[in-house]
Amino acid sequence: MPPKTINRRKQFELFLRTLGKPLVKFIIRLGELTQFVLKALYHCFVPPFYLKNFVRQLLDMGFYSLPVVGLTTIFAGMVIALQSYSGFARFGAESAIASVVLISVTRELAPVLSALMVAGRIGAAMAAEIGTMRVTEQIDALVTLSTNPFKYLVAPRLWAGVIVLPILVLIGDVIGIFGGYVVGVFKLGFNPANYINSTFENMEAIDIISGLTKAAVFGFIISLMGCYNGYKSKGGAQGVGEATTNAVVSASILILIFNYILTEVFFSK
Amino acid sequence: MAKEVKISIRNLHKAFGKKKVLNGVDLDVEAGKSLVVIGGSGTGKSVLIKCIQGLLIPDMGSIKIDDAETVGAKGNKLKDFHSKMGMLFQGGALFDSLSVWENVAFSLLENKKVAREKAKVEAIRVLRQVGLAPDVADLSPSELSGGMQKRVGLARAIITKPEIIFFDEPTTGLDPIMADVINDLIVESAKGLGATTLTITHDMASVRKIADKVAMLYKGKIIWQGTVKEMDKTDNPYVQQFINGCSQGPIKVEV
Repeated sequence: MPPKTINRRKQFELFLRTLGKPLVKFIIRLGELTQFVLKALYHCFVPPFYLKNFVRQLLDMGFYSLPVVGLTTIFAGMVIALQSYSGFARFGAESAIASVVLISVTRELAPVLSALMVAGRIGAAMAAEIGTMRVTEQIDALVTLSTNPFKYLVAPRLWAGVIVLPILVLIGDVIGIFGGYVVGVFKLGFNPANYINSTFENMEAIDIISGLTKAAVFGFIISLMGCYNGYKSKGGAQGVGEATTNAVVSASILILIFNYILTEVFFSK
Repeated sequence: MAKEVKISIRNLHKAFGKKKVLNGVDLDVEAGKSLVVIGGSGTGKSVLIKCIQGLLIPDMGSIKIDDAETVGAKGNKLKDFHSKMGMLFQGGALFDSLSVWENVAFSLLENKKVAREKAKVEAIRVLRQVGLAPDVADLSPSELSGGMQKRVGLARAIITKPEIIFFDEPTTGLDPIMADVINDLIVESAKGLGATTLTITHDMASVRKIADKVAMLYKGKIIWQGTVKEMDKTDNPYVQQFINGCSQGPIKVEV
């Protein structure tokens, strides 16, 4: 029965094609991204540097993100204190709460939540700005004015991301721990001095350092995804919208993935 | 025919996927002259100009500026080419994070490291040259009308006194009077600098005003070139149809 075999073969081909197409696309994307990263890194270290653009990004990413990061971390610290109390109360270990707040805020909550918030705030804005510059030919204009867009647009943002996020997270650490303190002292009725004491007693450098290292990596990811998606966007307003969404989604997912990887690096022995 | 050729394009090919946009373009632009490339929308005029500037990399062919090959040029060599060129973009392509004068003085500030006060004075001088009052200098580009944005774009293109200026549909989106003003400015500034210019447009009024020579691009090739006078007399059916704007003729509009 030849007709049937041909039919089956066609179906099989179709099946392979549906599987293969996204795979090939993914590999192409990955290649493009790798190329972009290498090029961007090169231009991060080779002058000329555009200091003014860097400072602008520092302000946008850092200073103006403070309220968001502050609110996020204070509530994170508060809720951890509350949650762990309701859990630990069963075992009668209220005194452990200070160190639970300390560890969870500095290791996980402050870096991850701050990074996710900044990704939504800044990653999106970067992709939209660079994407609009792409579709309105401003990036082409930069090239014709003998200015490398990687040096002018991408490098300052990457530097700002790597430098600013750790600072934000350090501030977030303090605010988050303070949030735990507020709940512990005013709601759960702990002794303020004891709470503060046990916070400092349990403090270890590795908790803070690992959190800040994570923050630097997350900052790089946020800026990279914002720049990459903006830079590659095409096709007018719709393209820019897509770039913005992609920047936030891909940055958020990568942050969560790298959070696991870095935790593995720091704490699994 | 001992005329100096500024830009020489030979057998230029560029395709996007399966779509061949440029299919063997041969074109010479004489030094100090104004060449206008006409052609319908989507015939690859913009691609041509972007290839010459190194914004797009052609698949095949050669582009020489002052007898130096630009295809494949990188880094400082490409920068040298760019320092000879100025470009007026279709939408202006002004940087909206910078003020008007910072836009105009961009090359001076970022590449030549001119002091800000000095650069601003120079920017205001060039703005005057294109007919803009000094108080525009501190505005942001988004506060300007379309015609004013074109003027600022022109000022940015000519402030470095380039040898070659590109104009990408300079009159598109402007009313006829403003279009004429821009055309005058283009002629004036090109003559003033003694620059070679390459313009792409489909505005015939603009062609008649600024062209020394006209070339028509159709299906990725230059199918006709000559002076404006020759253009009016030619019996080439494609050119005839285009300059008279008929829907009937050898050029089929793909709907």
